[in-house]
Amino acid sequence: MSYKLQFAELLPYWNVLLYGLVFTIVLTIVSTVVGIAVGTAGAAARTFGPGWLGRIVAVYVELIRNTPFIVQLFFIFFGLPALGLKLSETTAAFLAMVINLGAYSTEIIRAGIEAVPKGHIEAGLSLAMSKWEVLRHIVLNQAFRKIYPALSSQIIIVMLGSAVVSQISAEDLTYAANYVASRNFRNFEVYLLVALAYLLLAMLTRSLLRALGRVIFKAR
Amino acid sequence: MLQFSFWDILSNLLIATQWTIVLSLIAFFCGGIVGLVLLFMRTSRIAPLEWFTKIYIEFFQGTPLLMQLFLFFFGIALFGVEVSPWMAATLALTFWTSAFLTEIWRGCVEAIPKGQWEASSSLALSYIEQMRYVILPQASRIAVAPTVGFSVQVIKGTALASIIGFVELTKAGTMLNNATFRPFLVYSLVALIYFCLCFPLSWWAKKIEGRLNVAR
Repeated sequence: MSYKLQFAELLPYWNVLLYGLVFTIVLTIVSTVVGIAVGTAGAAARTFGPGWLGRIVAVYVELIRNTPFIVQLFFIFFGLPALGLKLSETTAAFLAMVINLGAYSTEIIRAGIEAVPKGHIEAGLSLAMSKWEVLRHIVLNQAFRKIYPALSSQIIIVMLGSAVVSQISAEDLTYAANYVASRNFRNFEVYLLVALAYLLLAMLTRSLLRALGRVIFKAR
Repeated sequence: MLQFSFWDILSNLLIATQWTIVLSLIAFFCGGIVGLVLLFMRTSRIAPLEWFTKIYIEFFQGTPLLMQLFLFFFGIALFGVEVSPWMAATLALTFWTSAFLTEIWRGCVEAIPKGQWEASSSLALSYIEQMRYVILPQASRIAVAPTVGFSVQVIKGTALASIIGFVELTKAGTMLNNATFRPFLVYSLVALIYFCLCFPLSWWAKKIEGRLNVAR
């Protein structure tokens, strides 16, 4: 190989890359929080809601889980304006991420809810707890404890998947990489650096979520 | 100006779908072969081999598939080789698939009771023989459902090959959208075709999983 890697050429662009990194982190955090909220509502609707609502949620979940994220993103960003709903790149990126994680977490949380023994729910109801109290203190409490690892890996998968939002020019880390590559043509160097940044981010997210899990689900 | 009817759009998308299927099959089978080799290395209890596979898996599971596609696309070119999107996509998807399949299959191998290893090693079987005749036949039974489930991820993963210019379903959708300016229709159809490819596999994976639970 006669080519010499020149990482020094990336230095002038550190602020572009840093901005992209922050964007990716914020995108991940917001879509995680909102997506899990959507997922919880969806899972509750599927298990406790009326039949028609459960079916709508099931269709939503299967549609999202069986199509690529990039197609969902294009549909939202390019397709919805045809219906009169025009979104900025950033809004479309956030929306697509939330919808995507919402579907996956619905399925994960539903599995957790179904693993809660029926006797626990009956016991709660017989203690005159309301339906909401049973859901909050008995069902979701136990469900989240069980599915926390699965949910954590889904968050990391979604974080890595967010690289695709660069394709609608949302200014995430991959967008920054493409920008730098288009300026100095050091494609391989910048993509290698950014790939390692993602790797670090994934490892950090994993240990952070593990630590968070230990705090939230402290042994009783 | 050339006009595209609904059927023109649909038939063009279906032509491109063939490439999505071909790419998925190649990635899945090549990824499966590489994954099997890695599985042997990962469970070999030879430290350097295990370390290599651990780092390999960490890299391919911890970085976006899109980045891997870029790295292959621009990385191989550094060696002075002309890289086609086809080659970069095949390589990246193969390595990406193999990393995930290795981890899935390792879980299945580890689910086999330790006594099976001990019994087979007391019968003087070598490591390869143990895997071939004792462990894998049992592990493959529980591996079917998650492997089929992962094939859905492979199909969805091929959509990213569109970004480096490989013309498959998503790329065809983008091109048709540029020609027809009917994004809602085009992307609905693209999503629908992906759904028709993936949903039967998801459904099948779920069914096998259910059957296994009953058998236990």
